Amino acid sequence: MAKQYETVIGLEVHVELATKTKIFCGCSTAFGAEPNAHTCPVCTGMPGSLPVLNKQVVEYAMAVGIAANCEITRVCKFDRKNYFYPDNPQNYQISQLYLPICRNGYVEIETADGKKRVGIHEIHMEEDAGKLIHDEWEDCTLVDYNRSGVPLIEIVSEPDMRSAEEVIAYLEKLRLIIQYLGASDCKLQEGSMRADVNLSVREVGAEKFGTRTEMKNLNSFRAIARAIEGEKERQIELLESGQAVVQETRRWDDAKEESYAMRSKEDAQDYRYFPDPDLVPVHISEEWIERVKKAQPEFRDEKMARYKQEFDLPDYDIDILTGTKHMADLFEQTVALCGQPKKVSNWLMVETMRLLKEQEMEPEDIRFSPENLAKLIGLVESRAINGTVAKEVFEKIFDEDIDPEQYVEENGLKTVNDEGALRKTVEDIIASNPQSVEDYRNGKEKAIGFLVGQTMKAMKGKADPGMVNKLLKELL
Amino acid sequence: MRREKRTACLPYRVPLTKACRGYWLPTHGNGDQWTDMEEKTVDILKYTAVELAEKIKAKEVTVKEAVEAVFARIEAKEESLHCYVTLDKEGAFQRAEEVQKKIDAGELTGRLAGVPVAIKDNMCTEGMLTTCSSKILGNFLPTFSAEAVRNLEKAGAVILGKTNMDEFAMGSTTETSAYGVTRNPWNTEHVPGGSSGGSAAAVAGEECYFALGSDTGGSIRQPAGYCGVVGMKPTYGTVSRYGLIAYGSSLDQIGPLCKDVTDCAAILEAISTHDPKDSTSISREDTDFTKALVEDVRGMRIGIPRDYFGEGLDSEVREAVLAAAETLKEKGAVVEEFDLSLVEYAIPTYYTIAAAEASSNLERFDGIKYGYRTESFEGLHNMYKKTRSEGFGPEVKRRIMLGSFVLSSGYYDAYYLKALKVKALIKKAFDDAFAKYNVILGPVAPTTAPRLGESLSDPMKMYLGDIYTISINLAGLPGICLPCGKDSRGLPIGLQLIGDCFQEKKLIQTAYTYECARGKFGVPDAENRGKAVQKTEESEGR
Amino acid sequence: MANIISDETIEYVGILAKLELSGEEKEQAKKDMGSMLDYIDKLSELDTDGVEPMSHVFPVENVFREDIVTNGDEREAVLKNAPGEKDGMFAVPRTFD
Repeated sequence: MAKQYETVIGLEVHVELATKTKIFCGCSTAFGAEPNAHTCPVCTGMPGSLPVLNKQVVEYAMAVGIAANCEITRVCKFDRKNYFYPDNPQNYQISQLYLPICRNGYVEIETADGKKRVGIHEIHMEEDAGKLIHDEWEDCTLVDYNRSGVPLIEIVSEPDMRSAEEVIAYLEKLRLIIQYLGASDCKLQEGSMRADVNLSVREVGAEKFGTRTEMKNLNSFRAIARAIEGEKERQIELLESGQAVVQETRRWDDAKEESYAMRSKEDAQDYRYFPDPDLVPVHISEEWIERVKKAQPEFRDEKMARYKQEFDLPDYDIDILTGTKHMADLFEQTVALCGQPKKVSNWLMVETMRLLKEQEMEPEDIRFSPENLAKLIGLVESRAINGTVAKEVFEKIFDEDIDPEQYVEENGLKTVNDEGALRKTVEDIIASNPQSVEDYRNGKEKAIGFLVGQTMKAMKGKADPGMVNKLLKELL
Repeated sequence: MRREKRTACLPYRVPLTKACRGYWLPTHGNGDQWTDMEEKTVDILKYTAVELAEKIKAKEVTVKEAVEAVFARIEAKEESLHCYVTLDKEGAFQRAEEVQKKIDAGELTGRLAGVPVAIKDNMCTEGMLTTCSSKILGNFLPTFSAEAVRNLEKAGAVILGKTNMDEFAMGSTTETSAYGVTRNPWNTEHVPGGSSGGSAAAVAGEECYFALGSDTGGSIRQPAGYCGVVGMKPTYGTVSRYGLIAYGSSLDQIGPLCKDVTDCAAILEAISTHDPKDSTSISREDTDFTKALVEDVRGMRIGIPRDYFGEGLDSEVREAVLAAAETLKEKGAVVEEFDLSLVEYAIPTYYTIAAAEASSNLERFDGIKYGYRTESFEGLHNMYKKTRSEGFGPEVKRRIMLGSFVLSSGYYDAYYLKALKVKALIKKAFDDAFAKYNVILGPVAPTTAPRLGESLSDPMKMYLGDIYTISINLAGLPGICLPCGKDSRGLPIGLQLIGDCFQEKKLIQTAYTYECARGKFGVPDAENRGKAVQKTEESEGR
Repeated sequence: MANIISDETIEYVGILAKLELSGEEKEQAKKDMGSMLDYIDKLSELDTDGVEPMSHVFPVENVFREDIVTNGDEREAVLKNAPGEKDGMFAVPRTFD
């Protein structure tokens, strides 16, 4: 009988923090600048430059640690990790090895077998590296230090996960916590959240862990799931054929669906960590922790319970609405303005989701304001516009965040509620569609639908369909 | 002819930038002016920095005259002393004009306004070559100035150029420079000490009025001692390290090299500022150091560590230092001997920590962002290796290798961590001593300046010469060195005073009192000085 | 107790430090490092049990910057000293295979 294997997975998740400036200098972290436009002597490792810690980085790291049930290290320090590579301008990365800011936490995930805790070994603060671009023309590499020094936290889990599903659930959970805190937007594709997978296999029932490998370059949940499957199979095959798994770092190639070892003779993997003498310890007081704790937002689980109770929405809707902090904020802010939770939910659940899907966008990318959605709902409620026009206007709001009141006014989209004008149109429609009139009078109820449609068309959709119906019946 | 010969002193493949343009161009085309000025030049050079600033303020001397006098002196002496790596004559004269205007307008009134200064070549100076006396930075033009340099500029000092040093401050003789050795103005067969040897020799040789140095294990105090000038390492964190190219970050500190204790206090006052760009910079309110220039040591408790007077100490040095202690005793100080302990452990502790930090600090010199890059290479790692192997000298490589080793996997605890623990014990030993004494007094080095070439042959011996200076860096304490005599060969002997952290004022007061009692120490070739200037003028063939 | 530094160690440290030593330099480095380590071994004479390693001499802590952008576009200055430059970036030997 074939041996049964168990996969043991731990994750190292890097998250780019949403600070305005870099971790050790006053350079902007904004995306999209010209190469090296967001650099200075500090983040390019100029001789004589010195780092000064961005306080907001500590606040964010603490906030994530508290949300992930960690112990906060009262005196934490920064260490230098020494290795030569062009994306690392000082040839050492400032990180935390000996005294990371958070330790011993956990998050709870939902699995097929119910709730499960994934342990957090530690969370530490560090700086990101620059970007390397290969120049085919001159066969050289070009270095852009705009990302060099962007603050990161690295969340190191315990080897508590056993499947790709658990890994994805864990990542989703972390992402929600961090997004809810506003500490990062956690976009895998853009690299603001990156996961390295440590994986080993062992025979079911074995006590000792097998030899693990570390997998890098995983840019989507899909890639992570595929890499886990691939690596699991590779390791089992090795073991089955009597070979040993080598402890190494591997790079996942998602296009080829395979990984290869990142090995080099020059890569000694001996980082010679030591305390950075240029930075002083961070002493975190009880009061500081309390302050950060107090500022923690309502997280998803609490929010879901509250939505159920307060707004009486279906579970499915609540799931979508709280699925991102941005969506939940939009929902709550709009409700606060218009007082119509079900209507707001409906706009977000139906039209918004449709447009997101059509335009291949994520909920985080929604740019319209709660004010404009609230106004739109108001216009519909007061019957100033009808449903069809409202959908049209919403698309404008979704795309350009226009003011619907102004837009309706300027484009003459208000529903015509003036009975006189409407009566005139209805009379014209009756006069010019004798066949349908005839059919209706002969008991063909359906024919009235055609006449309503014709009237609406003549009114360019601005009529109140209820009123059109009423008038038609009256005049026929 | 002359100019060509000079070019050889310039850093490796230095492009003729603005910073060194006009290096040896005479200021005036007309030689007659020199003869007229000769007398005044000699007088001007005699002044201390503070005296010169007073004369300038009183309109007895102009800033331009001071700069002219210094450059005349440089032209006369530089060939034999080689204190400078880079000179910025054009910039200095331009700056002299600006400073003069500000002084005349009453905008600059400080104690250093208009005074020409030399900067050790490991401090960044915007647009002016900063090489650390290394080939690897041979063409490096910083885009910002070190905070200490900026503070001097704010005070109205005029920067003359950059002084020679041991490569990356690693050495005790200024012989590890990639740009040639500096010689001791008292005897050119001897070294000036190091690593701030160029700064010390420039002050002693009157090629500047004062200079900035940096001190990681004695690099200000020891050359000050060898060259018979005053040098001070302040408490760690007192002067910003921003813009100081790091050697051992937890030990490095910038300080003055100057003609007397009064200058020392004035310079320290100008450069001590809290700098938010340096996380280890300390906010102090007691930086009015000139207030401590008080001739009074009555009741001052001075401890003499027996451990500093043991084997290896030259007898002439011992006598001179003990005589200085006696002088202070006569002035009313309470002087006693005591056991400091752990002195012999300071050197291995220091070399472990400094080498480890240096190995990391010097990783950034990789041929990518600035400085030297090897001509030909195969691939990235070969480029790194060739660039660094060709760019660094033997002493720097020695320390990088040692530092990388003590931090490497499996050795960190045994070496680096152990050294950090011993450092804590050394600090504790000083804390105990300062519970009893205000000031610790001893020699700055076991001998006077060795002959050129004597130290490099045996690195271990060179390291042992740092025994009296390095524990002060480990403990972050302030130390001052001032001349207290000469040996039979006429070489200066340095007296070192060590204070508790933040107690620079006690040091200044004690040093000032001793200096008053000692009287003028003098300069190397006072009697020949006028002739030297004249000779230069003649040799220019005018 | 003399420290003997092997060829492998010198080779390994050379990889870490990115230094390529000639045969002669290697021999010298072995000797120098050995004698320095012999000297450093003196520290083992001291009992440091329970002593907290001291990386900073003074208890300075919590030095922070506020999260405010203070730097503008310094590209020109940053690239000014680059031995290799292209399109506003540092040009280095290729890093990809």
